[in-house]
Amino acid sequence: MPDCIYLHYTVPGDDFTRAGEASADLKLRLKKLGIPPEAVRKVSIALYEGEINLAIHAHGGEIDVQITDDAVCMTLSDQGPGIADIPLAMSEGYSTAPDEVRSLGFGAGMGLPNMKKYSDEFDIQSTVGVGTTIKMAVHVD
Amino acid sequence: MEQFTHSVMLDKQLCMGCINCIKRCPTEAIRVRDGKAHILKERCIDCGECIRICPHHAKKAITDPISILQNFEYTIALPPPSLYGQYNNLEEQDLLLEALLDMGFHGVFEVAKAAELVSDATRRLLQMGNIKRPVISSACPAVTKLIRVRFPQLIDHVLPLVAPIELAARLAKKDAMRKTGLAKEKIGCIFLTPCPAKVTATRAPVGSSHSEVDGAVAIKDIYPQLLASMKKITQVDYLASAGRIGLGWAESGGEAAGLVSTDSYLAADGIENVIRVLEDLEDEKYPDLEFVELNACAGGCVGGVLQVENPYIAKAKIKRMRRYVPVSKNHLSGSIPHEMLWDTDLTYEPVLELGRTRSERFARYSRMEEILGQLPGLDCGSCGAPTCAALAEDVVRGQANINDCTVLMRRRMEAVLRALGKDEGP
Repeated sequence: MPDCIYLHYTVPGDDFTRAGEASADLKLRLKKLGIPPEAVRKVSIALYEGEINLAIHAHGGEIDVQITDDAVCMTLSDQGPGIADIPLAMSEGYSTAPDEVRSLGFGAGMGLPNMKKYSDEFDIQSTVGVGTTIKMAVHVD
Repeated sequence: MEQFTHSVMLDKQLCMGCINCIKRCPTEAIRVRDGKAHILKERCIDCGECIRICPHHAKKAITDPISILQNFEYTIALPPPSLYGQYNNLEEQDLLLEALLDMGFHGVFEVAKAAELVSDATRRLLQMGNIKRPVISSACPAVTKLIRVRFPQLIDHVLPLVAPIELAARLAKKDAMRKTGLAKEKIGCIFLTPCPAKVTATRAPVGSSHSEVDGAVAIKDIYPQLLASMKKITQVDYLASAGRIGLGWAESGGEAAGLVSTDSYLAADGIENVIRVLEDLEDEKYPDLEFVELNACAGGCVGGVLQVENPYIAKAKIKRMRRYVPVSKNHLSGSIPHEMLWDTDLTYEPVLELGRTRSERFARYSRMEEILGQLPGLDCGSCGAPTCAALAEDVVRGQANINDCTVLMRRRMEAVLRALGKDEGP
């Protein structure tokens, strides 16, 4: 049995019609792998929020997924503007999304909080002007 | 076996082995093998898309012939609201109901009448608030089956009420037993069905341990005889017992609009649209919705494949007829009766999983990706699977061979010819 399954997705910047493709694709693969439904749901919601963030704030980015026997680990990295105040960005309802994005129903300030809420492990590293890397893991029992 | 009972079947004589159905099937449940289509029972949701698309009419629904009436001493017709959209110049329900009696049924019970009771019960369940939001309608059996095999996280959202057809059969049979004094077995409740999914729902019900529907005759089969009876009739009785809400169930959005109590609903129709909405619901993209109505057929039940009239014309006809009827003629008195509630739970059928154990699934997955890398990615369907990914999956499941890929075979043949120095054409 292979120890780990690797997947890679590229999220294009500013294209909302494509944000969600990675989470939908991953969801189907996890179902085929027989990952328990509750874990699939958590992965799917967390990754969808991440994809939206990459599209809105970071002008796109990369997603690496590792599926092992006991966890689904996702790394989202971008070379976007970075986040100056991470605790503030992590608070519910805080958003820097531009008005045109909010008018589409995005930018409610729940993206990062939801990513943290639905993942069992969450880590965010960001440098202004360099980019942001988020690591999330959802445990599979 | 019970859980995979189906009403869509293939007429091998007529099947040409083309790829129309495999490409159209929303659950990738059909393969062409040895020149004939095969339905993968565990994946089929009886939506009827293959019946709609097959140019050779090789896909059929297994329904009952009209002669089924002879099996019972007393028969009751259960006409669905979409039936009213099949005929021209129908001003009210009575003429059609009278014609059913003329045809030989002893009684009629409109499914739309039961639908109004289901609307009432749904309203109450929404008020009670103990089902996960948004609540998803359970009226379309193809959708319920789809949720069972593909959207396990949404099972708890499905409305645990029997569908109007089942309720109509239960009420009609009780009524008839009281009126005639006959034993239950002597009474036949015959549903006039617009689609194959509803036939399956009566044979292998989901949510209930049994069905009181004793037969299902396709609307297209009863259509000519019913038309002849309608032309003959000179006098009609007041038989109609459903109002605007019940008739509204014939089209997409009708069930949701009939709730009246909430505006926070969504209605989607057409199986591809339904799948998209279910994907989004699974990701909790619409947190504020109260109710979701989903119909596998475009347009709703008027779009059922076993009917005659164009769905949109049928819709327009029913709309005209609805103008003359009261909003609703049926209400529940007291609490929701137990015969309206499910008595068995909806369970997840993990048919997508690649194997029985996790290690088998992981190993098969890796092998599947490897095979997919070798395939041309044209999704041409010539191998008999709908896509290259589906072929790769079939190979790891041991149900196909990579050499089934005609493109790959051709490439290999060309390579062999080149090696032999025979690649110049004539």
